[in-house]
Amino acid sequence: MEKIIKLRKGLDIKIEGVPDHSLNAPTVAYRKYAVKPVDFYGMQPKLSVAEGDRVLAGSPLFYDKKNSKITVSSPVSGVVTEIVYGERRVIREIRIEADEKIEYKSFEPLKPEDFTEENVKERLLEAGLWAYIRQRPYDIPANPDSRPRSIHISAFDTAPLAPDLDIVVHGQENFFQAGIDALKKLTDGKLYLGVHRTKTASNVYNECKNVEICVFDGVHPCGNVGIQIHHTQPINKGETVWYVHPQDVVIMGRLLLKGVYDATKIVSVGGSEALHTGYHKILAGLNVQYLLKDNLKESELEPRVVSGNVLTGTSIGVSGYLGAYDHGISVIPEGKRFRFMGWMTPGINLYSYSRTFFAWLFRQRRYRIDTNLNGGERAFVLTGQFEKVLPMDIYPMQLLKACLAEDIEKMEDLGIYEVSPEDFALCEYIDASKTEIQQIIRKGLELVRKEVD
Amino acid sequence: MLRNFLDRIKPQFEKDGKLHFLHSTFEAFESFLYVPDKVTVSGSHVRDALDMKRTMITVVVALLPCFLFGIYNTGYMHFAALGQTCEFWPAFWFGCTKVLPMLIVSYVVGLGIEFVFAQIRGHEVNEGFLVSGFLIPLICPPDVPLWMIAVATAFAVIIGKEVFGGTGMNIWNPALLARAFLFFAYPSQMSGDAVWVADAVSGPTALAAMSSHTGNLPTASELFWGFIPGSVGETSKFCILLGAAILLWSGIGSFRIMFSAVAGGVVMAWIGRLTGSTDATVMQHLLSGGFLFGAVFMATDPVTSAQTNCGKWIFGFLVGLMAVLIRIYNPAYQEGMMLAILLMNTFAPLIDYLVVNRNVNRRRKRLQAVRSQVENA
Repeated sequence: MEKIIKLRKGLDIKIEGVPDHSLNAPTVAYRKYAVKPVDFYGMQPKLSVAEGDRVLAGSPLFYDKKNSKITVSSPVSGVVTEIVYGERRVIREIRIEADEKIEYKSFEPLKPEDFTEENVKERLLEAGLWAYIRQRPYDIPANPDSRPRSIHISAFDTAPLAPDLDIVVHGQENFFQAGIDALKKLTDGKLYLGVHRTKTASNVYNECKNVEICVFDGVHPCGNVGIQIHHTQPINKGETVWYVHPQDVVIMGRLLLKGVYDATKIVSVGGSEALHTGYHKILAGLNVQYLLKDNLKESELEPRVVSGNVLTGTSIGVSGYLGAYDHGISVIPEGKRFRFMGWMTPGINLYSYSRTFFAWLFRQRRYRIDTNLNGGERAFVLTGQFEKVLPMDIYPMQLLKACLAEDIEKMEDLGIYEVSPEDFALCEYIDASKTEIQQIIRKGLELVRKEVD
Repeated sequence: MLRNFLDRIKPQFEKDGKLHFLHSTFEAFESFLYVPDKVTVSGSHVRDALDMKRTMITVVVALLPCFLFGIYNTGYMHFAALGQTCEFWPAFWFGCTKVLPMLIVSYVVGLGIEFVFAQIRGHEVNEGFLVSGFLIPLICPPDVPLWMIAVATAFAVIIGKEVFGGTGMNIWNPALLARAFLFFAYPSQMSGDAVWVADAVSGPTALAAMSSHTGNLPTASELFWGFIPGSVGETSKFCILLGAAILLWSGIGSFRIMFSAVAGGVVMAWIGRLTGSTDATVMQHLLSGGFLFGAVFMATDPVTSAQTNCGKWIFGFLVGLMAVLIRIYNPAYQEGMMLAILLMNTFAPLIDYLVVNRNVNRRRKRLQAVRSQVENA
């Protein structure tokens, strides 16, 4: 039995609406899709299409200005109906009306034994899948001209309401293995696959070859790839590692073996405001209206629809589109309401990691947590709280203060290269001072990237 | 109805409203009545129900047993000194007349200054003083004149806190600073009353006196239950332990500091006893004076104590050690806890610096190891 990395720190937020294991096939033809360049943080998108253009599944929609080899492709065939711009002409969405029957742009299929670094790279780049390989530090799409120290894949997601990653790769073992074999060619180091001691049951992961399997045990954020990297081989200054989501590995494997960009993925729908939670087999970039039609509980306020998990995801509204790196949506109530004398009520309906509300009397319960900030912004006062939910050999408060002070040397000393905003999401969740902690880390990383790279 | 009223007057305090200059004050009162309807905009979409108000109130709740007992004990001691026996309620009532004015003065002065500073800075009013203001009457002898409390509170809030940038930035525990101010500025007035000695019956003086005529020795049980003279909140060790339990169970207080402070006190008291420098037993040292009160409520102040977990162990241990050390070897200051905590507050950033530096060095070493590996290869 290999060594189990047991992480004691962390927190599983007891939020209502964990996706049940039902898998729903589409009953209507889904037509509205979009690719959102803003999802690809770190890219400078330049359009390759215009409104009215016809695209195939796998034709490029936009490329990165800094490295034009990196493109992002359309997941469906159809017509580009609209390009939505945001403030300062940021390209927000490229909307596509899909054909009834998807036509694929064809690429030359490869056999696993023929994989080389060159042809794998070339195939991923031309089919527009490269951007799904991301790098640490900085959390940006990987640079195809470099070789990473190692590649990391987390085979389980511990975030609240996150999809069960066993389900999303079910029956895809060939493609997953092919994707792994291909990624292995891209690094001189190891390819790590992090599995959970109890949660990961799928043989797709447990019997995967060509990887170094690391067994983890613990609560969120144990499933975050950043935490796993930290405990297998921490990132030092000057090193780069890559990471990929298992479902994207499957899509890459499919591309290499079949020669088409088939963006089919299984996404979860969860949250207290969804009538039926569960999994849906769809194509990437789908408009979530299809998933939420007749599936929302009635309420006065429109619920908040989050693409991704509730800690790190993006609010997209009930008619938004699934994000590029997201594999599920969560629907939670909007918290625009006043709570009378919140400081003295017993609070049996309020979930807190601390035992300051009497909700601790009910161990097994799950809570309908809304988006209320639950307080006003204050100075940092409490200490030792972040340490309870960050299973890393890092001093979170000191690192945050270094980021705020924009002291790069101190940030490096305290381990800025090993973290990313999502690792601090739980710190942000529990912070009684209601500070935007993920943003502080993001700004810190951004500063380091500008100054050091 | 209340909500409607607030909604009606709110526009006046918003930008361009004619009462905008009072917006911090309005916000403070409004959020006192209602948790705001603000929702998350960026980052995590859900937030924990715990906020700063709830945190501070939890500490106040933990202090309540000490406070209520302190009120009763004030009355009880008063009548006992007059040689009368007394029922519960009259004693409690008498205590109220002594202690409640102290609390009101401390809150009015302290919060008033906080409001003014928040207003000037354009901040929201921080809740930190809810605890500091509650602590101040608890660590003073009940006969201290009210104007002294007012002056000491003003000193602590302005010099101890606001000049450093307000809540979260202060170096010393504000409540203890107020106590220290009284202790050094008005030593003669602090020891006027017949019943209430300067530092009340705290630490070695009492213990030394008692050991000479064994008949009147306050038993461990008297020390524990608290029917002895002393500062308002510090006498009943039972109530302090009750408060400690609330703090620890709710996850607000640091068990590291509490535990290691007691450990530090035990070690020093034991050394003192071995070397014959003190007649009091280890238990008497722990139960007498403000030792436990300081360890549970004052040393654990998150802002002024060490911030790293490892630092907290060291900080707490040194607080306990210093407190008993001062008691035993410095007859001028009978109560060492106040000075020990203030001293360690001063050194807390240094402790943290050393602790964090170990982490930094570990990371540097790892980097060097990797680099030399690359060079060798």
